[in-house]
Amino acid sequence: MSTPRTVLLKVFRSTPAGHGPRYDEFRVPVGPRTTVLDALLAARRDQDPSLAVRHSCLHGSCGTCGMRVNGREVLACLTRLDGLGDPVVVEPLAGLSVMGDLVVDMEGVYGRVEPAGRPLVRASEGARPELEELERFEDCLECGLCLSACPVAGDPRFLGPAALAAAERVLEEPRGADPKAVLGLVDDAHGAWRCHAAFECSAVCPAGVDPGGAIMRLRRRLLADRLPRLVGRYHREARP
Amino acid sequence: MTRTGPERGTGGRQASRWLDPRGRHLGTWAFLANRLTGLGLVAYLYLHLVILSTLLRGPEAWDGLVRLFRNPVFLAFDVLLVLGLAFHGFNGLRVALVGSGLLVDRHKALLAAAGILVGLVSLVAAVRIFFG
Repeated sequence: MSTPRTVLLKVFRSTPAGHGPRYDEFRVPVGPRTTVLDALLAARRDQDPSLAVRHSCLHGSCGTCGMRVNGREVLACLTRLDGLGDPVVVEPLAGLSVMGDLVVDMEGVYGRVEPAGRPLVRASEGARPELEELERFEDCLECGLCLSACPVAGDPRFLGPAALAAAERVLEEPRGADPKAVLGLVDDAHGAWRCHAAFECSAVCPAGVDPGGAIMRLRRRLLADRLPRLVGRYHREARP
Repeated sequence: MTRTGPERGTGGRQASRWLDPRGRHLGTWAFLANRLTGLGLVAYLYLHLVILSTLLRGPEAWDGLVRLFRNPVFLAFDVLLVLGLAFHGFNGLRVALVGSGLLVDRHKALLAAAGILVGLVSLVAAVRIFFG
């Protein structure tokens, strides 16, 4: 019988008690369908029970196993280990406080999305037929990958892609929410105007939400609201 | 106690976030190149003013400097300057369009078009600078 192939995982370690940060190495067996999460759970089971990894559904629905693998934001449960090279570097999401090893404090995501008025309407409830395009933000897993990938979201004052996309969704289909309050929230130097159009958020989103596109639509809406007021003020001030 | 993760962390680690190339897509490279070319052009502007101040030291000082700048190494810097200027301009136009909510679905094609234009402008500039 042949020996199973193995891959070396270099895993970021840091504990709330102040141990680390450091990288621990775990050699794990790899099959063609082994995911990064499978390998991390095997490492925890067989080598170090103190390794902190968060997960729930194991099939890409809950968004709790977001992390960076070889520097790229992924859901560990959907990411096959095969083909990632050897060693594979596993790190927590960036821009969020690390609670322990690969587990980050998701308050940095939820706390930003909440004021935008999270749309909680399910896809099955449908949407208004007159909408230009049906793009449901309800697909967002709130996994935080977009926030980690965004080149400017290291600044905690920036609302970030998920919250801005949620806001755009609320404006598109308010369902009882107050659009003015949402516009006020996003029309800010640290809101929609802080985005630099790198579109990393859209590239890493595991649910097919397009936060980058949503932010740009949000800006178009803000400009459409602002420009007539600016032009009107110019004309008023130019009058003798 | 909580800590931030490695690289691309919070606050003061913003710069390392930009400069961590692992796993990044073309959009971040364009973002980074736009910032670097912007900083480079500002630095060049000041350098240019310093160089122009040589005129205060008379025609001989200026002519000596011009002879030095005809050296192929300096001519290569001229091409680099045109490349940076063209990238910052064309990519800036793309960012302005997309950032205003226009042609958002075409942002990748716009970046490709900007890249082609930058290549063409730089090529023409290089031919003119070295052989013109």
